[in-house]
Amino acid sequence: MNRVLTALLLLASISFCVSAQTKPKTVGAAPAASIARGALVYKQYCLACHQIDGGGVPNMNPPLSKTTWISGDKTRLIKVVLNGFPAPVDIDGESYTNVMAPHNFLKDQDIADVLTYVRNSFGNKGSAITAASVKAVRAKNK
Amino acid sequence: MKTKLIKYIVPAVLIAASVSLYAIKSNVGPVADKDNAGLKLPEGFGALVVAETGAQPRHIVVTPQGNIYVKMFRVRNGSKGIYYYKTDAAGKGTLSKSFGDYPGTGMNLKDDYLYASSNTEVFRYKIDANKEVLDADHPERIITGLKTGQHESKSIVFDNLDDIYVNIGVNSNSCQVKDRQFASMGIPGCPLLDSAAGIWRFKINKPNQTYKDGIRYATGLRNVVGLDWNQQNNQLFVMQHGRDQLHSIFPDMYTEKQSAELPAECMYALKQGDNAGWPYMYYDQIQHKKIMAPEYGGDSKKEAVGNFIDPVAAYPGHMAPDGLLFYTGNMFPEKYKNGAFIAFHGSWNRAPEPQKGYFLVFQPFKNGKPFGDWEVFADGFSAMTTDIKSPNEAVHRPCGLAQGPDGSLYVTDDHHGTIYRIIYTKK
Repeated sequence: MNRVLTALLLLASISFCVSAQTKPKTVGAAPAASIARGALVYKQYCLACHQIDGGGVPNMNPPLSKTTWISGDKTRLIKVVLNGFPAPVDIDGESYTNVMAPHNFLKDQDIADVLTYVRNSFGNKGSAITAASVKAVRAKNK
Repeated sequence: MKTKLIKYIVPAVLIAASVSLYAIKSNVGPVADKDNAGLKLPEGFGALVVAETGAQPRHIVVTPQGNIYVKMFRVRNGSKGIYYYKTDAAGKGTLSKSFGDYPGTGMNLKDDYLYASSNTEVFRYKIDANKEVLDADHPERIITGLKTGQHESKSIVFDNLDDIYVNIGVNSNSCQVKDRQFASMGIPGCPLLDSAAGIWRFKINKPNQTYKDGIRYATGLRNVVGLDWNQQNNQLFVMQHGRDQLHSIFPDMYTEKQSAELPAECMYALKQGDNAGWPYMYYDQIQHKKIMAPEYGGDSKKEAVGNFIDPVAAYPGHMAPDGLLFYTGNMFPEKYKNGAFIAFHGSWNRAPEPQKGYFLVFQPFKNGKPFGDWEVFADGFSAMTTDIKSPNEAVHRPCGLAQGPDGSLYVTDDHHGTIYRIIYTKK
């Protein structure tokens, strides 16, 4: 199990380096294993507020679909998980009142998995986020 | 010929017309929609859609003339915060005017004034004998500078003197050091209680009152949206929204299932100086005990320590009671008289368990106290035939309640924007 994880991490960091070097270019489909693990992280830490359909709660918790917060800049998205999100806030013309707590206690891999899951669920279609990306953003965070 | 026509035929026609008009007026009261507007009601009751507002109607008041003032939760793209509907004999509403540039929830009527709240202030508008607002652009600001954030609604109600009671919900779930964070503990001596998590009392007729002009009437109430003055007891009753996320903050102490059911949504009968215990405790409706909050040393079993009042009734967790109304009308059968209707907006914090609420409850009362079990009075707002898994699936969500002059019950839905009227049709 550990060996698999190390291999995955290695792979992830390699692909991060590669993608960092080749810059924008399109990235391949998100790995199914990461999405599957991400679903479990989502259930434990996100579902209570963002709901089973990722639709959030009107006026309180923002939805996770049809928003550039999910599909757009990965660094910005990783920072939301690490730092939480202030409230009240207006997103795409709607107001939301509930604060999101920082989830910086999650491991890099957990954050990578859950974001990869969210970016490929609820009608979203996005590239994977790697643990190495999370690690890099965390290192520069604050 | 011409003179004859004017002399005899015209008056005859006029008389006939007025007689038939009178007949229409006296026979046609409010008419239930064919499908009772999609609501499931006890036998003998019917419902109609008064208006589709296209906005987010929260609290509502009906004038003695049967017209409607309703407060809109949000203002968007120049839309107004208060809508005024005139109703016809059949009960259908027509938007007569809209005014006020601020969002909010509170809407009430007393004597010569209409009262409305934003999320930080309370205003009042002078009204004429027909309860029409005289100067919609220049209300009197009576309260200002109230705190807001999550739990922003400033619901308002009056006693029989010249006092107004305002709910000030707290910008926090459970007064943790880090709000809603996994395992974060409570701030010792929760400092938020000085200016929120309670009911404040002000004067109805004094301009620009701030915290220092009012008194904290009751404390330890996380968030109240539904509240009403009980005329039998001459006492304030409130519905508290209990805290969220017992499982996601303390997964070792609470299962998902426990977290979906707990804590109770509580009805409190308040006296000045009462403390309902937030954030130090919550009420567990299964153990029938006041339990110490895990943020303050609790373990899901330890009982709370402190002088905290008991609820007078408790309902399943997270159903979000947004409207409370003591029924004093004569239209409904006797059992409803002086009992309480509660509009449960519907839960979100029961996930991944199925959501609950999204209905109107009737709580029987006797001698000013809840008496016997509550029952679902009106259901079907969500238009769902299966379990509601996410609040987004519900089409309508009940929020505000008002009683019409004939004893009809009005209900707002702040999700789709419908205003309903529930009537008793059995003769």
